[in-house]
Amino acid sequence: MTISPDLDHRFREAAATLGLVDVGYDVVESPVGPLLVAASDRGLASISFDPEPEGQLERLARIAGPRVLRSSRSVDDARRELDEYFAGRRHAFGLSLDLRALAPFTVSVLQELAQVPYGETTTYGALAARAGRPRASRAVGTVMNRNRIPIVLPCHRVVGATGNLVGYAGGLDRKTALLRLEGAIL
Amino acid sequence: MATVAIPPFELFYEEHRSEVLRLLRRRLGAQRADDAFQETFLRALQAYRRLDHAEHLRAWVLTIAKNVAVDTLRRARPESELVETGIPDNRPAYEELAPLTDGLPPTERAAVVLRYGYDLPYDQIAAALGSSEDAARQAASTGVRRLRRRTTS
Repeated sequence: MTISPDLDHRFREAAATLGLVDVGYDVVESPVGPLLVAASDRGLASISFDPEPEGQLERLARIAGPRVLRSSRSVDDARRELDEYFAGRRHAFGLSLDLRALAPFTVSVLQELAQVPYGETTTYGALAARAGRPRASRAVGTVMNRNRIPIVLPCHRVVGATGNLVGYAGGLDRKTALLRLEGAIL
Repeated sequence: MATVAIPPFELFYEEHRSEVLRLLRRRLGAQRADDAFQETFLRALQAYRRLDHAEHLRAWVLTIAKNVAVDTLRRARPESELVETGIPDNRPAYEELAPLTDGLPPTERAAVVLRYGYDLPYDQIAAALGSSEDAARQAASTGVRRLRRRTTS
């Protein structure tokens, strides 16, 4: 017996409204492709360039708890801010972030990363210095590569010392597109 | 024996929703089955975090569904209908409460809805909220006071 989409939708939204979900997720369309966005009661927990939830549900459960459920309401705030960002109307995100289950070094690097302004770039070395570990640019690269909240935590604004883009977990095309949107490159 | 990890709720829900709906339709008919379906999985969500292993999940959710069906039939009995004159239609109490409690802080809202919409005891509300029983009782009473102030002002 198949569940009607309406019944399915009503259950998911009721669960989110009643606060019974540890982490809710949904797909958000964007100019750099569909994003799988996930949020807990603490805030935005994950943005993935892979929109297929298979294989990601376990990861989300490890962050926030086993009650992982798809629901559009859970990501309403994130969807709105992302839409505004991609429309060029938002230069800073106001979303609170869920950085649970990350190592202290990772958190301190991501907090410094969050300070890099819209439309500007910085280097791995400079970010390492600002996190108090000037020689850890390679470790900063790893943190960028594993950044679980890309776009909002702007690892696309981190480039090599010579100005080359180096790499991006979501692919260099996306990094280029984001920097172009922000006017950081032509 | 190794403990089986609890699957993400989404997988549990997708695996069992058809069978739950089938059971509820058989017991309640198509019309009442929809509300009972929602209530079954909301109850499952409330208790899900407290599960310490993933064995017998199918039997567990079917038991919840049967309990919801029993509660639904009990509510529908004529003698109890006489008492429920305040309710204008057949919507379950938790749906009545949803718009009323809009705007309450999330914890208070959940406590009010679970207490007065679902008629859950405070120990289960505490488990659903991940708090102590006292904190759950406190949240429900603060929520009700806040609603009262809002309706009188």
